Amino acid sequence: MSTFPVEKIRADFPILQEKIRNKPLVYLDNAASCQKPQQVIDSIVHCYSHEYANVHRGVHTLSVRATDRYEGAREKIQQFINAQSTKEIIFVRGATEAINLVAQTFGKTNIKSGDEILITAMEHHSNIVPWQMLCAETGAVLKVAPINLHGELIFDEFEALISDKTKLVSVVHMSNALGTVNPVKKIIAAAKAKNIPVLLDGAQAIPHMAVDVQALDCDFYVFSGHKLYAPSGIGVLYGKQALLEAMPPYQGGGDMIRKVTFEESEYNSLPYKFEAGTPNIADAIGLGAAIDYLSEIGMDNIAKYEAELLDYATEKALQIEGLRIIGDTSEKGAILSFVLDKIHPHDIGTMLDSLGIAIRAGHHCAMPVMDFFEVPATARASFAMYNTKEEIDVLMAGIEDLIKIFG
Amino acid sequence: MFDDLRDLYQEVIFDHNRNPRNFYVMEDADRKVEGFNPLCGDRLTLFLKMDGDKITDASFQGSGCAISTASVSLMTDIVKGLTEAEAEALFAKFHAMTTGKEEDINLEAVGKLAVLAGVREYPARVKCATLAWHTLDAALKNEQEAISTE
Repeated sequence: MSTFPVEKIRADFPILQEKIRNKPLVYLDNAASCQKPQQVIDSIVHCYSHEYANVHRGVHTLSVRATDRYEGAREKIQQFINAQSTKEIIFVRGATEAINLVAQTFGKTNIKSGDEILITAMEHHSNIVPWQMLCAETGAVLKVAPINLHGELIFDEFEALISDKTKLVSVVHMSNALGTVNPVKKIIAAAKAKNIPVLLDGAQAIPHMAVDVQALDCDFYVFSGHKLYAPSGIGVLYGKQALLEAMPPYQGGGDMIRKVTFEESEYNSLPYKFEAGTPNIADAIGLGAAIDYLSEIGMDNIAKYEAELLDYATEKALQIEGLRIIGDTSEKGAILSFVLDKIHPHDIGTMLDSLGIAIRAGHHCAMPVMDFFEVPATARASFAMYNTKEEIDVLMAGIEDLIKIFG
Repeated sequence: MFDDLRDLYQEVIFDHNRNPRNFYVMEDADRKVEGFNPLCGDRLTLFLKMDGDKITDASFQGSGCAISTASVSLMTDIVKGLTEAEAEALFAKFHAMTTGKEEDINLEAVGKLAVLAGVREYPARVKCATLAWHTLDAALKNEQEAISTE
């Protein structure tokens, strides 16, 4: 643990110096959104101060500069997830918009009445509702593969749900509510055996592990910038080129066309076909800066450090009487979801907040997961690379104190 | 520890959370309405026994945080014997206490409910305290559909 430069990293995140209710901030709500390093903040300030203009438009110097930086960010993302081409990297607002894009374009073209879309019981609402909307429009059926009490996908049942009617498998790479990392290679292999495309919701996984879309052989991979130490309002849809080529555009407008007459329009090539209108230029550049920052530290080093943090937190949590961890598979990312006997998560959240500790209390946009574990909500501490064992000690002491006060 | 929270979590609140009053299913209720706070998952069912426009009995079931449990527990105690108009008037005063302007607060007018005044400093928790009252409001208006604070 000592080799990981956590103090150096912490110094890069100005918000970690904030005092909350006169106490040092202990930020453990990273699964909801991560904080931003100075390098990312600077990249946005630099963009607006020195290199901002609209992209893909003008012949003037600033526009060329902005375009280079914006397209440079796309290249960084392509390398970061090892996509074959920058044509496969579509900028969107976030993982949610990416899934909606796939539902409304790939889905509407390829999924008909009676067809099936297969998800799991641990999905975030963003990987449930777009498919329900598509099903309502097309008459397709949403199938849900169950999980067990450890929060693991029951793989046999998942496999049994794959049928000739299945037209898409859409599963979360890492669960935001439980921390479970799904056996995505097995999932993809099972789907590929029947030529079914697979979408992975990587919103939660991407800040915690190295992702190689070619090695995974997934057809779509979606994630949000704001959980990857980058600004909110920018995210990525990765899609295999052949699939993206065959899909109709999502929105119409400028930049996504090659030629427009009042009779018809010819669409632009990838990736621009899916990027109608002026994009979120500065935040895409910010996402590029976040990727530079992470690449320097190394995703494997981050994964290793966070695994140690999670092990430490889990061990400490298990020593607290009346604490029950929700989601206790060994295949987990750095998320500790828990409930306390007779103390509602919302009370836990407010009490810890008074100690400067930020956690999430609620259903984590995964109400079906709460229903499955028969809890109204959970408290969730989610860790990032800038968290420390000392912060986990502060959290655990806070939990023990609030148990005492509740009596 | 938790000194900053003393205004929010008074001992009365812990007491009602540990031992909620009127916590049972009223089989012969005249009104039954469900309340739900989707933000935190608080869920309660409110039962009322009416005699004309008078609330003769009140009870509840459900699960929620300490603030919402204490609020509904206190409410079911305090509304017994009130007319619909009196209960609505009390709701208005309670609402003013939790969300209104400082000058509109009249702690004496709300009696025991004053222990919940602390929530006004915690905007994220106001809905926990008011869920009970929104549910009562719906019950008095005889709205049988589940109501939500959202």
